[in-house]
Amino acid sequence: MSILVNKDTKVIVQGFTGKEGTFHASQCMEYGTKIVGGVTPGKGGQEHLGQPVFNTVKEAVDATGATVSMIFVPPAFVSDAVMEAADAGIELAVIITEGAPVKDMMYAKAYATKKGMSTIGPNCPGIITAEECKIGIMPGFIFKKGPVGLISKSGTLTYEASNQVVQEGLGISTAVGIGGDPIIGLSYKQLLPMFEADPETEAIVMIGEIGGDLEIQAAEFIKENITKPVVAFIAGQTAPKGKRMGHAGAIISGSSGTAAEKMAALEAAGVKVVVSPADIGKAVKEVMSK
Amino acid sequence: MNIHEYQAKEIFRQYGVPVPRGQVAFTVDEAVEAAKNLGGDLWVVKAQIHAGGRGLGGGVKLAKSLDEVRHWANEILGMTLVTHQTGPEGKLVQKVYIEEGADIKAEYYLGMVLDRAAEMPVMMASTEGGMEIEEVAAKSPEKIVKVQIDPAIGFQGFHGRKLAFGLGLAKEEIGPFIKFAQALYNVYMDKDAEMIEINPLIKTGDGKFLALDAKMGFDDNALGRHPDIAEMRDLSEEEPTEVEAKQHGLSYIKLDGNVGCMVNGAGLAMATMDIIKHEGGEPANFLDVGGGANPETVAKGFEIILKDPNVKAIFVNIFGGIVRCDRVANGILEATKLTDVNVPVVVRLDGTNAEEAAEILKNAGIKNIIAAENLADGAKKAVEAAK
Repeated sequence: MSILVNKDTKVIVQGFTGKEGTFHASQCMEYGTKIVGGVTPGKGGQEHLGQPVFNTVKEAVDATGATVSMIFVPPAFVSDAVMEAADAGIELAVIITEGAPVKDMMYAKAYATKKGMSTIGPNCPGIITAEECKIGIMPGFIFKKGPVGLISKSGTLTYEASNQVVQEGLGISTAVGIGGDPIIGLSYKQLLPMFEADPETEAIVMIGEIGGDLEIQAAEFIKENITKPVVAFIAGQTAPKGKRMGHAGAIISGSSGTAAEKMAALEAAGVKVVVSPADIGKAVKEVMSK
Repeated sequence: MNIHEYQAKEIFRQYGVPVPRGQVAFTVDEAVEAAKNLGGDLWVVKAQIHAGGRGLGGGVKLAKSLDEVRHWANEILGMTLVTHQTGPEGKLVQKVYIEEGADIKAEYYLGMVLDRAAEMPVMMASTEGGMEIEEVAAKSPEKIVKVQIDPAIGFQGFHGRKLAFGLGLAKEEIGPFIKFAQALYNVYMDKDAEMIEINPLIKTGDGKFLALDAKMGFDDNALGRHPDIAEMRDLSEEEPTEVEAKQHGLSYIKLDGNVGCMVNGAGLAMATMDIIKHEGGEPANFLDVGGGANPETVAKGFEIILKDPNVKAIFVNIFGGIVRCDRVANGILEATKLTDVNVPVVVRLDGTNAEEAAEILKNAGIKNIIAAENLADGAKKAVEAAK
């Protein structure tokens, strides 16, 4: 078990034949992901990385039975790609592309929701079920199989956390990089119950950032609904106000969205909050041995 | 990206958001000329900088004659304006906006931002015009009226009525206000704004609504489709090192500490700042070298960090995923050749090809490079080295 994706998940790639799409799709295939085809308008009928290329997502879905799409198209075309996937009946779109305009994502997310399609990202490393299925750009070898579910806004911090968990002799069930943009797909609140229901997951790590209030919502949700132990780290405790730190979402103005506020809310919900990012692995070990 | 008041008002005019007449001036003579062109007998001389609180800082003055316009333009142009938003170092004023005086009967606040939880824009209005909205939100939140506007239906009359009645406007004022708010919504959506603030929005003696001030910020990711907005960028308002970093694909923000940081990924970069503080040090900067770290970007990173004379040690913290650590190690060696790295450099490389990287650095035998085993060890060593 795991959440959302596993070794049987059939995946297509939008932006399959581009430089990024090609490199990462081949890495995913090497990891064991069932990439069953891709979409590049105008290149339908060709073959790429040993898989068929289609002109439209609809054709790809009809021919391959894919349920998940990994999106690598350039930022200006992301919303179009997401909406096309939703229209074609894809169940989950994993949007890797960085730099999509916020307004575009607002429209795309609303349409995806209406069509019943879940999204992950944009501007994220993707999702990985350890040793089964990698849909994204993360280095697969860091994610050894184990009982810890991981939800993170940040890419490299996901790798850091997974590495620490593995070094403690544990491992990862599924790790989801939700991205740090102002508008994102699946978030803590939707993913936490999936991990709660997953028999393979025994503990959950959530990594947040300054900006927005998703972590506060998560804290409220955990208090009422989550029985498995949760460890959290919030990046940006030392970030100055009003400055954007790389992720568009990591901006704090006024009093809302600070690390201190989020950490306090999570602690009040019974979450084990670590102050130092170096203590994530140790904390997981600790909560699991209780 | 942020723009000046005079530029925001230019955009407002294009969309029919009413603003007082005004003209920007770069010299004292231009300021007097602008006042003459505008006519009348009352003008406001306003410093143009990317920060709020200009009035309290002495950057906004009323002039009752052309001589007074000359006097205030002379005072304000070239001054270093310090407000609560500029930091103690203040900002150099290089242009002033000359605006016709207005007959103010009431002051309001009107703003728009993205409501992240609702995933749609929200328009906010308050009767507490002239006050910081954060302060109003903290002290008297009941004085702020908010409406979420679903872009699928756009701005409707009911949105406008909710705001107008919330402000307690008189019956005959509702129509003009809704028209104003509708135009503002159009600006926000069309121009991919991230934030619009009108503080104060005024009601004049003859019942008109005017944007007396205007602040606009834009979604950087959307600037590609707005060349007119991109052109309004005023680089002199931005930290020069931050601008330089961006040109090389780096994301850099200067801070006040003495431990320089070079990290891949925004989240890990913030976490690195946090752990430095946790170990008793102070980070000198935020620096994300991004996913494509190569010898040139790493060298540039060192150069930028070392421009800050406060930096006493550098912590390089890379978790290689797609970025291979051996490439970063070579970058560090390259950087020591290209730039005079005269402070201790604590290096923590983990992930893809970390062992090869350790070997490269060890064999290079550079004396001020200190190897770290993990995140905590690196932070400790960097804080120690900066003492």
